[in-house]
Amino acid sequence: MRKLNKDVLYGLYEDEHDLLVAIRSARSEKLDIWDVFTPFPVHGLEGAMGLTESRLHITGFIYGMIGTLVAFLGMTWVFTRDWPIIFGGKPYFSAPAFIPITFELTVLFASVGMVVTFYTICGMGPGILNPTLDDRITDDKFCLAFDTTNADETQVNQLTSFLESSGASEISSKNI
Amino acid sequence: MSGSVSPIREPLITGQKTYHQITEDICSPTERTPTVAWTIAFILAVAGLATFVFCVLWTIWFGIGTWNLNRTINWGWDITNFVWWVGIGHAGTLISAILLLFRQRWRTGVNRAAEAMTIFAVICAGQFPLIHMGRLWLAFFIFPYPNTRGPLWVNFNSPLLWDVFAISTYFTVSLLFWYTGLVPDFATVRDRAKGLRRRLYNVLSFGWTGSAKHWQRWESLSLVLAGLATPLVLSVHTIVSFDFATSIIPGWHTTIFPPYFVAGAIFSGFAMVQTLMLITRKVLKLEDYITLEHIESMNKVIVLTGTIVGVAYLTELFISWYSGYIYEQFAFYNRLMGPYFWSYIGMMFCNVLSPQVFWWRSMRRNITVTFVMSIFVNIGMWFERFVIIATTLARDYLPTSWSYYTPTWVEIGIFVGTLGLFSTLFLLFIRVAPAVAVAEIKSILKDGGDQYTGMEVAKKMETEKKEAAH
Repeated sequence: MRKLNKDVLYGLYEDEHDLLVAIRSARSEKLDIWDVFTPFPVHGLEGAMGLTESRLHITGFIYGMIGTLVAFLGMTWVFTRDWPIIFGGKPYFSAPAFIPITFELTVLFASVGMVVTFYTICGMGPGILNPTLDDRITDDKFCLAFDTTNADETQVNQLTSFLESSGASEISSKNI
Repeated sequence: MSGSVSPIREPLITGQKTYHQITEDICSPTERTPTVAWTIAFILAVAGLATFVFCVLWTIWFGIGTWNLNRTINWGWDITNFVWWVGIGHAGTLISAILLLFRQRWRTGVNRAAEAMTIFAVICAGQFPLIHMGRLWLAFFIFPYPNTRGPLWVNFNSPLLWDVFAISTYFTVSLLFWYTGLVPDFATVRDRAKGLRRRLYNVLSFGWTGSAKHWQRWESLSLVLAGLATPLVLSVHTIVSFDFATSIIPGWHTTIFPPYFVAGAIFSGFAMVQTLMLITRKVLKLEDYITLEHIESMNKVIVLTGTIVGVAYLTELFISWYSGYIYEQFAFYNRLMGPYFWSYIGMMFCNVLSPQVFWWRSMRRNITVTFVMSIFVNIGMWFERFVIIATTLARDYLPTSWSYYTPTWVEIGIFVGTLGLFSTLFLLFIRVAPAVAVAEIKSILKDGGDQYTGMEVAKKMETEKKEAAH
């Protein structure tokens, strides 16, 4: 298990609606949210948290373009430079016949590249174990967490009372 | 209660579920000891798999001569089975990708199992071209790699090579799409497990935490993969049809093949999804998640694609007559009246006539009818590929080479064996992974749960409104 060496104070909510309200009021009170954990993708969460749009799809486009070029230029090189062969009386550079493989490799490069990028930037992969706060977060609990590593007692008390007032059903802290 | 209530939309999740109950219902089949039914099914499936291994080894040891292929009919059950399995492998990606782009919420109940089915069907399909090569140990020659023979490259202009790229890309992308969807659900199973099972799911769940940023990226990834998989799924069977359409054999050399093959693939794929879903929902008690609403939606797709396929069959017949080209005319005359007329009749009955029962709502919502029809369609689509391949080849340009073909026990064994391979993989899948996408079901609960939507809720709201007015 990876160790983040963080003290985390977190509250568990029963409903995603309560969580969204709590996030909005935390941001209006200028409280610094460390992270939010949910059992499923909650609609409107990114907006409430003010997350910037993911740029993953841009990487997908770049990988796809690399695939297109590798396939088309590769086949062109093989059939015009490396070992030209005439098939059925067609020209060496028979571009229309290159389209199916070019398309397939575009999709392949974009998909594999994006998936690898996704797991890498999320710090995930086979055998990797990231610390979790509560086992019920993947079941039916919605978690709002604050980083209290460098917080003094008054700040911790302020955060705890915020979680209490915003309707968290359970509040605990954990070193992860 | 948050969420919008629509009285028109039928509920997609019945039984007044809470988030925790959803987890409980869907994850618990992977946690219980296997049932007797599962164990018997698994033994049968492994027996089928053993048949497959035996017949393939027999083929490799004694050579392709153990099949009844001959100089005239050089594609028989092998390629028929290949196209049949690839076709079946189209429904999963269609459900998960195209229906995601069309925002069809009912897909969440069936997408996970359908994607698994896709992957296993493509695995089965891939076996046939490989063993059909004869010298299986040289199968890696199909990949373009710098070799010591020149390097002598593969023929990039050949539709058979396009097939290699199409099928392997399709398999890879489907697998990544499926697994990425499974990771959060494996995490759910992990967080319920203890001991050795916990360690297993620790590895399978890739360290998923459910962080907001991860979900955001996960959704972005799913959407782009769906966008990529949509043209991909259409391209795969298009390219499979090029194997035939780019040849100059009458009956194969037609421009209608790509759309006709794609419609047929969706048709057969949905039929196989129905067959599996009807059994799975019963055995795993998932009737609240795979409802009659889901079954009806899939039956609508079956009647639509079945009718498209029917139109394609009739168009083919008309065009062969209208072309005025006697070889083309003979090819189709031969399909109807030739030695394999029975397979043409079987195809027409199973694919075109019988699915028309689904114009009636009561039939679409009848489980027995749906199950019988799904088997019919599977048989019909197998016949279609047999008609296209064997019938066409049996009567070529030279009457002296005309031939007839029946499979040997080895060919039958390999086909039955792939059914065993497929069932083994599917049965293992429903033991290890949640058969329904847990996280996605939770995300539609407030729109699709029967306590939030449907006629009952609408009536209740109406009475509440009236009471408030008084």
